[in-house]
Amino acid sequence: MGLDITRIRADFPILNREARSGVPVVYLDSTATAQKPTAVIEAMDAFYRRSNANIHRGIHTLAEEATAMYEGAREKIARFVNAPSAKQVIYTRNTTESINLVAYTWARANLKSDDLVILTEMEHHSNLVPWQMLKAERGIRLEFIPVTEEGLLDLDEYRALLDQSPKLVSFTHMSNVLGTINPAEEIIRLAHEAGAITLVDGAQSVPHFPVDVQKLDVDFLAFSAHKMVGPTGIGILYGKRGLLEEMPSFLGGGDMIKTVHLREFTPNSLPHKFEAGTPAIAEAIGFGAAVDYLTSVGMDTIAAHEHEITEYAIERLEEVPGVKVFGPSVQHKGGVAAFTFDGVHPHDVAQILDQDGIAVRAGHHCAQPLHEKFGITATSRASFYLYNTREEVDKMIEGIYKVKEIFG
Amino acid sequence: MDDLYREQIIERYKSPQYRGHLDPHDIQFEDDNPLCGDHIEITIRVNGDDKVAEAAFDGKGCAISQASADLLIESIHGKSLEEVKALGKEDVLDLLGIDLGPVRLKCALLSLKVLKAGVYGLGEATDDLVD
Repeated sequence: MGLDITRIRADFPILNREARSGVPVVYLDSTATAQKPTAVIEAMDAFYRRSNANIHRGIHTLAEEATAMYEGAREKIARFVNAPSAKQVIYTRNTTESINLVAYTWARANLKSDDLVILTEMEHHSNLVPWQMLKAERGIRLEFIPVTEEGLLDLDEYRALLDQSPKLVSFTHMSNVLGTINPAEEIIRLAHEAGAITLVDGAQSVPHFPVDVQKLDVDFLAFSAHKMVGPTGIGILYGKRGLLEEMPSFLGGGDMIKTVHLREFTPNSLPHKFEAGTPAIAEAIGFGAAVDYLTSVGMDTIAAHEHEITEYAIERLEEVPGVKVFGPSVQHKGGVAAFTFDGVHPHDVAQILDQDGIAVRAGHHCAQPLHEKFGITATSRASFYLYNTREEVDKMIEGIYKVKEIFG
Repeated sequence: MDDLYREQIIERYKSPQYRGHLDPHDIQFEDDNPLCGDHIEITIRVNGDDKVAEAAFDGKGCAISQASADLLIESIHGKSLEEVKALGKEDVLDLLGIDLGPVRLKCALLSLKVLKAGVYGLGEATDDLVD
């Protein structure tokens, strides 16, 4: 069954606002952050109005309620990605922090000079810089799966790299620029055959299509709430149990300990071992509500809707003379259309579209090396989610014709 | 808002009058806007009484950054280096004749930042040069 777009849109109050008088907002920037449905906003509001207290260790009613809500959200998120246990679902601030957690704990305990980490040329800075930092500190080696002209990963080159016995293969499930959905299951299987651990950056995949950590057999999966209709400031690191148990702690402080003496501590059990200090409690509860919301719509339904919108958007963009869309054909692609327009800087495209209330992003989208690869400094990027419509795509195309008029 | 792309800016973007690289030069500096990868290089020749004899800019970027660089370079011809050091944000906005939000302000001020870092002989272009 298709998605009832009128009902969906009514769930997102911000979509009713005008950019300025008479100009409705056309939000085509969900890859940066998604809008939030009333259910998420109200869950957080209700927590502060009714149940606010610090979690764990509290004996009073409010503390017990807050703890139950916080841990209940973890259970929901675990089910959402089919984690075997909620103990393997660690709250972090965002995808970036989740990747850094692995880089600071697992990698520092397991990687030494000259050990190889394989990344790809289409990574977001969040899956490049932590490894570059480790390279500077430890002298690990970094190799990159190349991106082909069509915007796909070159798996033959990947197989060749695997002969060098990597310790870790860390890659994005879906490119935030090209939209490419990478064959994660195959990449992970090959990595395991070569004896490597795998980390998947799921920032763009978990929000947009069903992701099953057991089916993928992935060792670590990182994702953020705010890209999947939840609040900012909270993300997840999923990990396989054995790995998480062996890993040293991350940040030290309250909640991550079992016992503390003046000169030593023993770490808490999973998942608390990695969660030091008072966490983002309301945000975790909001994240739980976001997962409920997406589940009620259905991830397959969302993926199908985005696919249809993206196909339409690319078809319309490619009609415009001077527009070049980056990334693979639509069957390999999620809801992203990054494009350039001959002779006009992407910032100017975005600014002119903004005059009609149309929100697209312009820049290198935190993937500078990928832009360098294609010989450009920046692109304009429209991205789509469950609440976007074909009419919004039409408005964007009209806007692009205005750009053409102005720059003539 | 429509002002942003008024004719002068589009004209300067499409046909800048001071685009180039002076060789030899007395002052040279270049920098990027990390937000969007815009790049500006400025080269200056100074005459005997420390005034700008000739100046040029090179680089790539959006209409705002390139037009403001072109207008800025035009405006410093004949100015003393002390006068160039005294230039500020308002001077660039006056040249452009428009108001800008915080993000686009960075585009507009990149050339001033590069210019002042070069004239001061600094190793880097910092935001406080254009506050």
